[in-house]
Amino acid sequence: MIRARELSKRFGDKRVLDGLDLEVPRGGFVLVTGPNGSGKTTLLRLCAGLAAPTGGELGVQAPRAAIGFLGHEALLYRELTALENLDLYGRLYRLPERRERSGAMLERFGLWRVRNERAGTFSRGMLQRLALCRTFLHDPDLLLLDEPFDGLDAEGTDLLHQELAERAGCTALVATHDPGSLETRATARLALV
Amino acid sequence: MSGYAADVAALARKDLLLELRSRETLPAMLLFVVSALTVFHFALPAGSSARAETGLLWIAIVFTALLGLGRAFAAEREQGALDGLVLAPCDRSAIWLGKTLGVTAFLVLAELVALPAFALFFHSLSWELVAAVALADVGIAAIGTLLAAMAAASRARELLLPLMFLPLVIPVVIGGVGASVAANPGSFLAFLGLYDAVFAILCWASFEYVVTE
Repeated sequence: MIRARELSKRFGDKRVLDGLDLEVPRGGFVLVTGPNGSGKTTLLRLCAGLAAPTGGELGVQAPRAAIGFLGHEALLYRELTALENLDLYGRLYRLPERRERSGAMLERFGLWRVRNERAGTFSRGMLQRLALCRTFLHDPDLLLLDEPFDGLDAEGTDLLHQELAERAGCTALVATHDPGSLETRATARLALV
Repeated sequence: MSGYAADVAALARKDLLLELRSRETLPAMLLFVVSALTVFHFALPAGSSARAETGLLWIAIVFTALLGLGRAFAAEREQGALDGLVLAPCDRSAIWLGKTLGVTAFLVLAELVALPAFALFFHSLSWELVAAVALADVGIAAIGTLLAAMAAASRARELLLPLMFLPLVIPVVIGGVGASVAANPGSFLAFLGLYDAVFAILCWASFEYVVTE
């Protein structure tokens, strides 16, 4: 589903990724590990189409509508409520019954009671849960998750594990500093240096 | 409503809702344009020409627009929401068009206060002036939104936006002042219409390349 050959990305003089080869088959679950600045986030952004490579080739066999991307930032609007944020994305992804889907996602991640509160009032963990709702809202086939457990409490961590277990058929590229809890799910590991 | 129009409507509605809640951009634009016209009223000597007065109105409009454009992508910058929009399967030009409609709405609202204030401080409004302002709004919003998106990705955005925007709106000021005071306003209005059409098409077509690294 993802194939990279000699993939490079540089920002000015700084080379973040240098000649990376990668192949992720459909249904593969790849853990991406490495120290800060090793290019984990850049790799995910390249795969999502948010950045263009400066060298090499990258092929991602998934349309934008099939990609679920979780970044460092929540990609949400602070002045919109949790429900309004998901409703906006539901519209843009042209989801049928988007309100019901949005409600179901909020319920699943324990945010239903705060559905009408603005995202700007949320704690870091609640914002991460809402970002996860946005990521999974459109049932993506390809998951690109950057530090998905960041800010989550024990309950949130369990909910995310549950969600990933239910989406076992999805292809996933997960960047994390703490791969421990995902080791059993992983089909491959990519260590960036 | 077609899918594209529905995307544009959803994005423009989102911008209006955000402003309704945060009330950060429009009050600043209103305060700025009224303050600028008040300063110009006292700064301009009595008996000044209509051309000079109209020129000052256009300066006030351009800088009021610049103030609004500086905040056009503020909400998207805060939590990286622009990435979320870019990832959505909608046509990326819909993001530009939705934002342009929002910017135009703020500009029109500011002018609903600015034009009566101008009439109060200087001289009465002509239909040519109002038509020129309406046409200029389209061009200013179209080019300004594209440049604001480019500047939003930069650390020096406060510096970059005016540097890119002001040279590109010089034709708008020439057309606007010309349409307001010249004997043949039709040709200046046609020039503004042409400017709008050319830049709207260019911005619409190039937005996709602006929002990816």
